Amino acid sequence: MTVPDASTLSDGPLTLAEVERLRADFPILGETVNGHPLSYLDSGATAQRPTHVLEAEHDYLTRRNSAVHRGAHTLAAEATEVFENARARVAAFVGVRENEIVWTSNATEGINLVAYAFSNASLGRGAPASSRFALGEGDEIVTTEMEHHANLIPWQELAARTGATLRVIPIDDDGQLQMAAAEEIIGSRTRVLAFTHVSNVTGVINPVERLVALAHAVGALVVLDACQSAPHRPLDLGALGVDFAVFSGHKMLGPTGVGVLYGRAELLDAMPPFLTGGSMITTVTLEKAEYLPAPQRFEAGTQRVSQAIALGAAVDYLSEVGMQRIHDWEAALGQRLVSGLSAIPGITVLGPPPGVERAGLASFVVEGVHAHDVGQYLDDLGIAVRVGHHCAQPLHRRFGVTASTRASAYLYNTPAEVDAFLEGVREVTAFFGVVPTLYPQSSERTSL
Amino acid sequence: MSSSLESLYQEVIMDHSRTPHNHGLREGGSAESHQLNPTCGDEVTLRIHSQGDTITSLSWEGHGCAISQASASLLSDVIVDLDRAAVQERIDAFRELMRSKGTLEGDEELLGDAVVLGGVSRYIARVKCAMLAWVALEDAMAKTSAA
Ligand SMILES: Cc1ncc(COP(=O)(O)O)c(C=O)c1O
Repeated sequence: MTVPDASTLSDGPLTLAEVERLRADFPILGETVNGHPLSYLDSGATAQRPTHVLEAEHDYLTRRNSAVHRGAHTLAAEATEVFENARARVAAFVGVRENEIVWTSNATEGINLVAYAFSNASLGRGAPASSRFALGEGDEIVTTEMEHHANLIPWQELAARTGATLRVIPIDDDGQLQMAAAEEIIGSRTRVLAFTHVSNVTGVINPVERLVALAHAVGALVVLDACQSAPHRPLDLGALGVDFAVFSGHKMLGPTGVGVLYGRAELLDAMPPFLTGGSMITTVTLEKAEYLPAPQRFEAGTQRVSQAIALGAAVDYLSEVGMQRIHDWEAALGQRLVSGLSAIPGITVLGPPPGVERAGLASFVVEGVHAHDVGQYLDDLGIAVRVGHHCAQPLHRRFGVTASTRASAYLYNTPAEVDAFLEGVREVTAFFGVVPTLYPQSSERTSL
Repeated sequence: MSSSLESLYQEVIMDHSRTPHNHGLREGGSAESHQLNPTCGDEVTLRIHSQGDTITSLSWEGHGCAISQASASLLSDVIVDLDRAAVQERIDAFRELMRSKGTLEGDEELLGDAVVLGGVSRYIARVKCAMLAWVALEDAMAKTSAA
């Protein structure tokens, strides 16, 4: 079991030859779909896993599998050690300390954990230490119009439970956050600011430092959704200064069933638990319980051990390739996607125009053809894309559509795959017999 | 493009999706149902027009993929001057066809041109699209019997 062989990696930008070699680490990329070699352009939904990660999980399950933090036998001790070691590597990967990393099932659970901990604090649980998290009438929770439902609904529910008000920072026609509005909305009543680092629909990258500064100036806590950034760019959560952050293992070459909540140590230690039960306590009587410090306080019940260990292997793999190189490779694919799509009559891209920074993904609407039909046509060519609202209905509504088609790249995608995808999209309008009335965005920008 | 894609998007289906029949809700219906497919946002609102026990026609509106819209249009051609039992028989036959994973031809006597949707049954992810209007009809009928 090896991470990509260092001798095959160069120091400069990722090259096509290197990417071709990396592809060989991902068995599924050799699959045939509908008679064509698979072109997997849906990593924004879930990424594929290299042999290195699959073997790390297999190795653990065949040689070490047992319950962690319980029992005194050899396997249990070794399992605990590799489990905690994975936590340390994931912590280092995002520039924080290991006691600041809480395992969750996924990003969604991480955000809910924070929202329910705040809710419990609002009921007085964990007071007085937890009173900084208590919300009530007159308090405001601020999020944005571009959020994934996972970073919207938990805050709607928290507002409803506590009497706080939810406010939303709007976006502009290019999908960028309206910073002037952000400055107005974030104010003395703001207690929580929750936003995504990178939009999973438009590929917009939000100005984290500026938003953190606005929030911290008024004493608000910042929750960052790093689902689409942790897998794709160098990320130093400590340096960004966010208070909490979440991401999911399955979007970063790791398994499903494991995700991460980061919280600044002093905050996690002051926060009441969300899920309660075994493994998170010190002393229990029939009346009440005392809780362990973070992170164990937030890890009730038997943990997803093999998944956490595999996620550790995934961040090793990513680090070995180099996050900056992965970012640069994908940024080029993102530009290739958006400039190619924008040149096709009848296509409207949601988000920034070509030339403006975006992640390695693009969502678009084909005039007169529903996203489901676009996806079906591409699937017939072995090209896997996502269709629908991508769990961001308010964002789609803002653009006046109910659904879009999204192509999202990762380190293993090639320019040739992007070109084949673009060719497929060109054929879509012909196949469905639609006469486009929209012209390429470069000549005439159309707002949907 | 493969032959299976052509069997999914047959010419009849494409024609119905481009120029749908009975599109636009007409006044004076006896019951109505709105159905939404939350994964892709396909929507159909369907109205039953009846005289006594006979469903004389349907009218509908909606938006969504070619399959969902064509299916609503084809359905509206099937349901003309039928009693409730005959309508239910057609809904049941269509549902059976959709669940057949490509193993059934579809009964043209009952389903008319709607049998062309049989190809959809091989694409499990698309069966919901084809069923949308038929579910709306079933729901609207339940409302009339409850009333
Ligand atoms: C930006 C963003 N936030 C949150 C999520 C939710 O991730 P998960 O479903 O793994 O909890 C996703 C993934 O779909 C996402 O792209």
